Amino acid sequence: MSGLAEERNARAPWALTAPALMLFVGVLLVPLAMTVMLSFHDWGQYKGIEPVFILKNWQEIATDSYYAEMFWRTFRIAILTTLLTALLGAPEAYILNRMSGRWKSFFLLVILGPLLISVVARTLGWALLFGGNNGLVNKLLMSAGVIRFPIPFMFTETGMVVALAHVMMPFMVLSVWAALQRLDPQIENAAMSLGAGPVTIIRRIIMPQIMPGVLSGAIIVFSLSASAFATPAIIGGRRLKVAATLAYDEFLNTLNWPLGAAVATLLLVALVLIVVGSNALIERRYAEVFR
Amino acid sequence: MAYLELDGVAKQFGAQTVVDDFSLAVGKGEFISFLGPSGCGKTTTLQMIAGFLDPTRGAIRLEDKDLTAIHPAKRGLGIVFQSYALFPHMTAAENVAFGLEMRNVPRNELAERVRAALAMVGLAGYEERHPRRMSGGQQQRVALARALVIKPSVLLLDEPLSNLDAKLREEMQIELRQIQRTIGTTTILVTHDQNEAMSLSDRIVVMSQGKIEQIGTPQETYEKPVSAFVSQFLGKTNDFAGTIDRTAIPARLVAGSWSAPAPAGLSGPVTVSIRPERIGFGDEGLGAKIVTRIFQGNHWLFQCDSECGPAIVIRQNDGERQPAEGDAVRLTWRPEDMSVRARTVT
Repeated sequence: MSGLAEERNARAPWALTAPALMLFVGVLLVPLAMTVMLSFHDWGQYKGIEPVFILKNWQEIATDSYYAEMFWRTFRIAILTTLLTALLGAPEAYILNRMSGRWKSFFLLVILGPLLISVVARTLGWALLFGGNNGLVNKLLMSAGVIRFPIPFMFTETGMVVALAHVMMPFMVLSVWAALQRLDPQIENAAMSLGAGPVTIIRRIIMPQIMPGVLSGAIIVFSLSASAFATPAIIGGRRLKVAATLAYDEFLNTLNWPLGAAVATLLLVALVLIVVGSNALIERRYAEVFR
Repeated sequence: MAYLELDGVAKQFGAQTVVDDFSLAVGKGEFISFLGPSGCGKTTTLQMIAGFLDPTRGAIRLEDKDLTAIHPAKRGLGIVFQSYALFPHMTAAENVAFGLEMRNVPRNELAERVRAALAMVGLAGYEERHPRRMSGGQQQRVALARALVIKPSVLLLDEPLSNLDAKLREEMQIELRQIQRTIGTTTILVTHDQNEAMSLSDRIVVMSQGKIEQIGTPQETYEKPVSAFVSQFLGKTNDFAGTIDRTAIPARLVAGSWSAPAPAGLSGPVTVSIRPERIGFGDEGLGAKIVTRIFQGNHWLFQCDSECGPAIVIRQNDGERQPAEGDAVRLTWRPEDMSVRARTVT
């Protein structure tokens, strides 16, 4: 083949991806770079935004314990939500996978339900269920004798975790389900024929094989929960701020855009580091199962 | 006395009967094949022995104990699955050790038995490999070692060789037979490959549409098929329409211009079934014309157009001159080489 044709071939992928690349650069990379730059600008109550390069916003975040507490809360909520979805979602996916055709599609729809409803409507629904000491959830738990005093859900981290876990559940279930589909359909029979009981089969055969699914689901749930906005805004309210709601308030209420930009940038950087780091760990640990 | 006994076993899924009236007595150390096309119920029968399915009717006994009353995990059978169903997150040694761990075999003995099992299937040195880093043939061996290491009372093989290429399959057949002979485990093989069934088994159970067609040694089923299904499923065969004429004295069996003294019993329309390698060219017999002649190295394959329809003839390449395409020939065979069945005239 001639050198010219090869050269043209080498250029073809770039030319073909150019439209998508330009869109990507235009609507994602440029605004992102501008946000990072914005975080180094100055801001004053009366002078507004000044396009200078200072570290004031970053210093404020680093020194003021308010921000440390707020980021710690953000990640605590995300971690608890991830644990809750994993504990409930993995068995849910396993049961779903064992159901017969018609029930399977019905319950899959039920699990996907939270994604089909507007985030605001769904969270307000939770607010109604939680609503103070006379909320439906507390009444049920008390009449069932599980608790003696009402649990405060609204404006608490507990409430946020419960509501977030609800909406994040589909991501976990689908991720584990995908891992379950890769299982050899005879694998449980094989283990059984060798003398393993149901608990042993789940613990030693099924669990190790779906662990990559649980972990990749956990990464999705964690990053979405840490950057969630609507649920913390409605359930957490004004008092319990997380990174996303704080950035929103800085932008739209205080109008301190540079500080808001710094909070948003820090959240992004922290998330990217956590996700990339854990992904690398998982891939190394489960190299044999992933292949 | 029968070691493993299936007595009138049947399996229904809803209104559909998948296996019906399956009765078989397997002797200790015997190698039995369930042979039939897909959907004939052979795998279902195997799964009932394994305990993954419960029979709708009938009894399965192992050494006179009711096997169906025992949980599959306690039956102590070794099973090799078509997909091997190895545990991908465990090494070859861990896979083999799993069944022994479930039996709480002491650590030293366990290590020794795992090593011996892998060595037996020719995988010494592969202990730390993960299944996904092994070839199909190696995975198959691990699956076999895993099934045999628990010293199973019966070894069940569900189309274990169907995922291997032809050459490897032949090697594994020989090896499987040798291993089975050495350790003497009673074995049941499910297969749709008649060559595999014939080269491995002591007896073949030919199945069709959930029913047993014939039980016999490979030679019996091949040479004396009891039904058209068996004769056609096991290798190539010629079925000629013939008639037994009891009015002639002595009574004669006639197929076209070919005739022989009639066998006892039957009368009227019959099917004469004869293997292609048992037909020769002679001076008299069934009139035919050779349509195509195919050279296949050690033998010639002739496709003929005979008085009784299409016929195939196989002749050894023994250096004799063979008839050419278009030649008119006479097909003849010895009466003891054919099998004759009653034919219903439609």
